[in-house]
Amino acid sequence: MKTLSHVNDLAEHYDLVVIGAGPAGMAAATLAADKGAQVLLVDENPTFGGQIYRAVSSTPLKDRALLGADYWKGEAIGAAFSQSQADYFPGATVWQLSPELELGISSGGRTAVLHARRVIMATGALERPMPIKGWTLPGVMTAGAAQILLKTSGVAVSGKVVLAGCGPLLWLIAAQYLAAGKRFDAILDTTPRGNWRTAMKDLPGFLTSPYLAKGLKLMAKVRRQAKIISGVTALAAEGEGHLARVRYTAGGREVVIEADHLLLHQGVTPNINMASASNCELEWDDAQLAWKPKLDDWGNTTVPGIAISGDGAGIAGAEAAAERGRITALDALAGLGIISIAQRDEQAKPIRSELNRYDRGRVFLDRLYQPAQQFRVAGEDTIACRCEEVTGGQIRKAVTTLNIAGPNQLKSFLRCGMGPCQGRLCGLTVSETIAEARGSTPEAVGYYRLRAPVKPVTLAELASLKQSETEIRTVARG
Amino acid sequence: MFQRLPDPSGSPVSFTLDGRPLEGRQGDTVSSALLAAGVETCRSSAVSGEPRAPYCLMGVCFECLVTIDGVGNQQGCLVALRPGMQVETQIGRGKRELAR
Repeated sequence: MKTLSHVNDLAEHYDLVVIGAGPAGMAAATLAADKGAQVLLVDENPTFGGQIYRAVSSTPLKDRALLGADYWKGEAIGAAFSQSQADYFPGATVWQLSPELELGISSGGRTAVLHARRVIMATGALERPMPIKGWTLPGVMTAGAAQILLKTSGVAVSGKVVLAGCGPLLWLIAAQYLAAGKRFDAILDTTPRGNWRTAMKDLPGFLTSPYLAKGLKLMAKVRRQAKIISGVTALAAEGEGHLARVRYTAGGREVVIEADHLLLHQGVTPNINMASASNCELEWDDAQLAWKPKLDDWGNTTVPGIAISGDGAGIAGAEAAAERGRITALDALAGLGIISIAQRDEQAKPIRSELNRYDRGRVFLDRLYQPAQQFRVAGEDTIACRCEEVTGGQIRKAVTTLNIAGPNQLKSFLRCGMGPCQGRLCGLTVSETIAEARGSTPEAVGYYRLRAPVKPVTLAELASLKQSETEIRTVARG
Repeated sequence: MFQRLPDPSGSPVSFTLDGRPLEGRQGDTVSSALLAAGVETCRSSAVSGEPRAPYCLMGVCFECLVTIDGVGNQQGCLVALRPGMQVETQIGRGKRELAR
């Protein structure tokens, strides 16, 4: 790969631009470049790996057992990508992808616009918001953030630490922290007890899943070493200027414990901001309780030329992400005329059978770890939109008194979703809170209408763009 | 509080926070270096001015906004720490205008 460090290093045209350097993005870029396509991979992080393989080539943690064998699988994907002929632009932000496949890319305060013949978005997942009272207090962060600190910098959250929420990743992070010699004052498991009943019918599929043995081993390990409180039905962070206490209810009993840090996690959901801003149609996934892009069998969106792979296409995990990256790359290569349709289909066969293996029992996990309603909608005094500081109570009041139909109308009254994060952290909460208040469904109330720039870009950056004669003549007078 | 694990490698990287000299490590982002140095609150919220600290560390939440080398509202979690960087917190209502 050729690492770019300045927007001036970019070509004006690429056969394929891949956005995001996680397993899906790296696998897609590697395959396409190896077949001879001119490929650019853009990533906003300083190093490749995405979140799951974050800092896999640069982590200061030398004890490989600490992060576990699955983490190090990223090394091979990273190594193959490093040996490819792709252009790689780290620390760069894609602030626009138009339906005409024009990309706006910024880095170091400069920006450039270029064109792609095909685009693969591999923008991955983000942690599902977990709006509880006090979650904006310093001292409260996502469990994923704690894991990122560990991977990138070898820094661990210390002192009195409480981990709360549900989902497979919660157990992985707990195990990694315990392996690092850290401890938790409590692990508060918010998995609703009733989930077992709804998940049971999908258990047979999960029994053949490659994740079953791993998951059980992980959970047993954590259970041996940490105090786990199950059936947690209410949770709040308290303190003045910084977290000091965690208040929770389990089995009908309210308990207050002292805490320096509260790590929240209740699963991951596709990061659909850029897809939505590029006009790709979304659909509601009732098992994963999230929006995901409408895709065909090759990961193509409803916008010609734009495909999505990895967890951004629907949550399936890191190993499936790499395979899905390869599937989208094969179709891109066929679309570019580099391979034939027959070659595409032939080469996709072994990849699809691998994918089927990872898919087994996914529904079981989705249903088992479906977060409870009270942790998905914002309570009366709980902040739903962290940027604009809008509470659940304000949303409900606006919805009922003004008969607001959905998130876009709500923006006009409360500005929720209009801060710097552009709804990434409140979108699901707001859709679900409106749906609850209206006695409707998230599918019916819809999602924020997103637009470019999907990440902030300064006027100075825009002014640094090269302008064509036609563009100048369009606005110049006289 | 945050602690570096005993074995991490990475050479020291000097930078300043609000003019005060601090030290991070090679491989740190601005946010991870600040947290490791014990700095959690990096800004005041735009509406009520309440203290905020990095929340997601993966470029999603925009809670880690700081001023880096004179440019405001940078996502500290996405910027690699470099020697001599001048980082400023965005605490206090005066900085609020930057977000508008």
